[in-house]
Amino acid sequence: MATNSGNGGSDRQRVAQQRLRIIAGHLRRPEDGNSAILAAEECKGHVSEKTDASSEGKTVPRRRQEIMKWNGWGYSDSKFLFNKNGQAEFTGKRYRLSGMIIPALKDWFEGTFGANVHHKSPATPIVTSSAVQPPNLNEAFVEALKSTGIPFSIDAEDRLFRGHGHCLNEIFALREGKVGRVPDLVVWPNCHDDVLKIVELACKHNVCLIPYGGGTSVSSALECPPEETRSIVSLDTSQMLNESGYCTGHEPDSMEFSSLGGWVSTRASGMKKNVYGNIEDLVIHIKMVTPKGVIEKSCQGPRLSTGPDVHHFILGSEGTLGVVTEVTMKIRPLPEYQKYGSVVFPNFEMGVACLREVARQRCAPASIRLMDNTQFKFGHALKPQVSSLFTSFLDGLKTFYITKFKGFDPNRLCVATLLFEGGREKVLQHEKQVYDIAAKFGGLAAGEDNGQRGYMLTFVIAYLRDLGMDYYVIAESFETSVPWDRVLDICRNVKARIVYECKDKGVQFAPLSSCRVTQTYDSGACVYFYFAFNYRGLSDPVHTFEQVEHAAREEILANGGSLSHHHGVGKLRKKWMRDTVSTVGLGMLKSVKDYVDPDNIFGNRNLL
Amino acid sequence: MASGGVYSRIDPMLKKRDDFEDMLEERRNSSDVKYALRCYSPVLYKGLSPCTPGELKASVLQSHQVLYIIGQVSRETGRASDEVVEEASAILEEMAHSQQLGTVRFFAFVLSKVFKSLFRSIRVNEEGLQRLQQTIQDHPVVLLPSHRSYMDFLLMSYILYTYDLTLPVIAAGMDFMGMKVVGEMLRMSGAFFIRRSFGGDRLYWAVFSEYVKTMLRVRTILFTGFLQNGFAPVEFFLEGTRSRTAKSLTPKLGLLNIVMDPYLKGEVFDISLMPVSISYERILEESLYARELLGVPKPKESTSGLFKARKILSEDYGSIHVYFGEPVSVRSLAEGRVDRSQFNLLPRHIPQRPGEEVVSLVNDSAYRLVRAQEENMVLQPWVLLASLLLQNHHSQQQKNHTEGATHHHSTQEQGLNPGITLEELTAQTTWLRDLSREYGAFLHWPEHTSPSDVVSSSLSLHRGLVSVCEGRVQLATEQAVGDPSSGAPPGPVSPEEKLLNRAVVVLSCASYRNQVLHVFLRPALLACAVHAASSTNKQDVFNSFSFLRNMFSNEFILCPGATVQDFEEACYLLVKTGALQVSQHEVLVTESGQRTVAFLTNMLDPFLQGYQVVCRFLCEEASESLTEKQFIPAVRKFIIKQLLAGRLRYTELLSSDLQKNALAALLRLGAVRKIKGVQPGTLQVDNLMVNSLEDTLGGKLHTQKAAVARL
Repeated sequence: MATNSGNGGSDRQRVAQQRLRIIAGHLRRPEDGNSAILAAEECKGHVSEKTDASSEGKTVPRRRQEIMKWNGWGYSDSKFLFNKNGQAEFTGKRYRLSGMIIPALKDWFEGTFGANVHHKSPATPIVTSSAVQPPNLNEAFVEALKSTGIPFSIDAEDRLFRGHGHCLNEIFALREGKVGRVPDLVVWPNCHDDVLKIVELACKHNVCLIPYGGGTSVSSALECPPEETRSIVSLDTSQMLNESGYCTGHEPDSMEFSSLGGWVSTRASGMKKNVYGNIEDLVIHIKMVTPKGVIEKSCQGPRLSTGPDVHHFILGSEGTLGVVTEVTMKIRPLPEYQKYGSVVFPNFEMGVACLREVARQRCAPASIRLMDNTQFKFGHALKPQVSSLFTSFLDGLKTFYITKFKGFDPNRLCVATLLFEGGREKVLQHEKQVYDIAAKFGGLAAGEDNGQRGYMLTFVIAYLRDLGMDYYVIAESFETSVPWDRVLDICRNVKARIVYECKDKGVQFAPLSSCRVTQTYDSGACVYFYFAFNYRGLSDPVHTFEQVEHAAREEILANGGSLSHHHGVGKLRKKWMRDTVSTVGLGMLKSVKDYVDPDNIFGNRNLL
Repeated sequence: MASGGVYSRIDPMLKKRDDFEDMLEERRNSSDVKYALRCYSPVLYKGLSPCTPGELKASVLQSHQVLYIIGQVSRETGRASDEVVEEASAILEEMAHSQQLGTVRFFAFVLSKVFKSLFRSIRVNEEGLQRLQQTIQDHPVVLLPSHRSYMDFLLMSYILYTYDLTLPVIAAGMDFMGMKVVGEMLRMSGAFFIRRSFGGDRLYWAVFSEYVKTMLRVRTILFTGFLQNGFAPVEFFLEGTRSRTAKSLTPKLGLLNIVMDPYLKGEVFDISLMPVSISYERILEESLYARELLGVPKPKESTSGLFKARKILSEDYGSIHVYFGEPVSVRSLAEGRVDRSQFNLLPRHIPQRPGEEVVSLVNDSAYRLVRAQEENMVLQPWVLLASLLLQNHHSQQQKNHTEGATHHHSTQEQGLNPGITLEELTAQTTWLRDLSREYGAFLHWPEHTSPSDVVSSSLSLHRGLVSVCEGRVQLATEQAVGDPSSGAPPGPVSPEEKLLNRAVVVLSCASYRNQVLHVFLRPALLACAVHAASSTNKQDVFNSFSFLRNMFSNEFILCPGATVQDFEEACYLLVKTGALQVSQHEVLVTESGQRTVAFLTNMLDPFLQGYQVVCRFLCEEASESLTEKQFIPAVRKFIIKQLLAGRLRYTELLSSDLQKNALAALLRLGAVRKIKGVQPGTLQVDNLMVNSLEDTLGGKLHTQKAAVARL
């Protein structure tokens, strides 16, 4: 379905450029033309104070509140709302969907959740500084910090921004104007040496350091431990990044906001890992400042047989051991050609079988994702207003062809979205191969447009949660990885468990419980679950929500799924760590922590 | 002994039960042909239509599970894998059902005719069927009916067809296959056949378990993309075989384990187990069972035999009650008991021996389900009458014996009229009715009918078992009850034959009494324990209770490990009815409770005596080389001798069921061991222990703490 391919092309370019800009924010051109680049800025002495927002290449300013929401996802100017006519629209100019009307969303929203656009649950409009507790400062530390000249702040807003990630309970509390413990001070090192100084001072004065990257955590990793009595200093690494002209291909859904250091310390995964690899495959060299000193390797050899890889103590350490100050990553030339695609399957079972076959033949495109029927319908509800009668006629025709002619049941069919990258010839060849496999599993090609829209939604879906929360609907997503032979079972059982638990816990409306397979591996897949429900009539919706989420995770573990594929453990999933890695495994991790950070300076209490 | 009151107990009287509707009524008023041909469109699990029997077979043969075992067998035996595949395919052919609607319609027609002539009514709880209909749509369903008659599974399918519910696929024993035509007909109506034993045959087990599990799963047909439901509901009998005594049998765990497995391995979200209680006012196989228990071997199932059974068509068998219970979710049963992640590290198609926690889960679930079946069994007034008449019969036998064995044929001449007057019987029945209701019995006592009418109509339905003479009722033990069809020439009958003839009536009657046993079981165990305990000390009584309960756990449905709960339940019921006073340290029978306690102890007394006599036999008569196989005939001979000599009170001790259970209990307790002697299954008796058990049962030896601990 090569509709408006011209448009699509230019859009694609635009989006690609935008992405590049974002990635550029994380990277810096290598000085010697090496295939690897340094990510952190060299310390250029003390650069005179600039206004950060204007600084090219620094995607996020020091004062995040200038462009970002304090109690929701993303940029302040971008949000979904139901306008005066009751139609949904997305504000701002940043995204492809920005400024568009989404006509079907209201009906879908009201129908799915039993919600009503007249029943609002608005957030507290502004945070009052008085809601934030006054900082508990370690005077000696503050004095010493001042003398280094490294910028810092004890401003209530600055501190508030660094005291939370994006777990539902965190955002829900903020919307109600409730603020728990937040860091007492925020410091912005510019370079490795700054970090060295800060860590040294923290050790000397016994303050607790919590590294902060992009603040997109969904594991309660940024929550200040309530039992922490020392002064808590948030070490914001966002000012240590620089510019570049290549791409790393690492594109997590949060990539506009998350940081390289964050990717490393949470073992992140990107949408295009099939081509570029996950973070552990991309990293060549890491430098981390710990209370014991600096850890790094002596060379950049592509593979070392020197005992267990010390990088693996850092990858996924979740800020418990130190601050990642420099990362050398592989880079790739920008892809010559990019093509989206989509395939409709008669049901989810066939879709999974197809993805498994694609994985078996090791011909997965840069990205291949399979949405279940619920998400397929959701995606449909997010179609922006069609401009011409002809397009809507075509849409009707497509629907007719799939449901009537091919006999697909609209309540069972599901869709896979595809993204191919590489040389033009290769992409076309690759595309054919994948579509041929799909055809064997009853899959019908459903056009570039559907595919592209699927990926666009990735970046706006987090904004949608804020819309839901304006109307008594709370939502969360969580992920796991699971062997192929368990994929269907885990999807079915976890979704059913969510429905069962909601009913059991007194949720008055049927929940949305949905999943998608987002990554394929030789031996399994990454599965994402989404759940949302209308909480009207519940006295403690967050508690109910947490119970359901907890039960869903238990179900995942009982069905052979992992504790996390890439979100990490944080504090939210800590209780399952022992079962996950065994007592000995946990002991190994603990002994590393005890050696590296005996005084628990990096005291965010994640993971262990 | 744990303290009481840790768990909440619901008063059994408050148990809510559904009402019944007679499904034959409509059959009597409308055309059976139309009924058999009517449109049948049941609701389906998740709206998915089931696969065909052929697809089911193919799917089993292609499953990873079966292929894995085929590979293993072929590797280990060196046979070509094609050959093993052939064997698997043959097993499947022998086993698989071939359900088709046509046959079901044929049965619907024939059974309508048969049921109408045999039964006054077939009453089902329609609310239960509505629950079933809902459950079928949500989860794979396993139907677990009680098993008292051959009728059971035809009846189940008949009901489900009538109410437009998905027809079940039924696990049946291979013995049915003996009936050539009928076997195939049953297969076409949805029965699949399993061998009674298949020892260590891995391939058979793999094919069989996969066949059952496939029916519970949803599967995808690749390359067409259509989803198909397996073949649920699956139906099987937890008790494994028909109970000849009308007592529930100790549940068999194999099939239950198989049907719970797809949940434990995460292949389905949940599975619903639905206990179904089928109660017959008069069991078709009544005297057949009694003969079987007495050692007249049961006729092999054969088609011609079935047609001979035609004559029973002219008899009145009262009504049937079928109660569809509350569905039990496997997920909720397993909650907190089984860590399902134990299956994460091995591919699920590789068979694993179930771990301890799974075994105990399956075991406890099985008992729970059988108890659920028991609780919803509808009891007819006749079962109360049977209990009273049996007790009356025995007390008179006793009197006769005490007056001298020589006189016992001339009771009438002595002016001691046998039996009990109708008035007295009615009064006692009314008393027992009220008592049983207080204990939660699901009694079907006709409303708006005087008790004396209820009694006389019950007596008339069971006129083969009772004789009413000059207003006095007694068991029809003195009548000729030889097989009327055999036409045996009347002639001198040996005392032994006479005894066996009497025993047929007594055992038939006991099978009705047995129906009410579960209601009184725990209080009766307590009553016996109070009787046998060395003091009124609560701990002594508990020890005594615990001993008896342990002793009888092969005889009755007593969940393992629930001694304390059972004790508390018994105390609760007896205190509630004013028969006992239970304080912190003492258990006392009240003045007004004497009657209840006497009734209860009398109820269990035959079993106490039965186990004692088995013990005595083993100590006195058992030879060194007695094997398990020879045990029943030998102990029967011993008991006949004792009975004829007037040394035993209860004719029902001749029941091979009781003898088997007693041996099983002794084996379980280690008082008897099976050893590989000259012949396999030789029994080695620990004389000391058996002796002490006998004495304890007889109340000669009090249960010491130590003795209890040892058991």
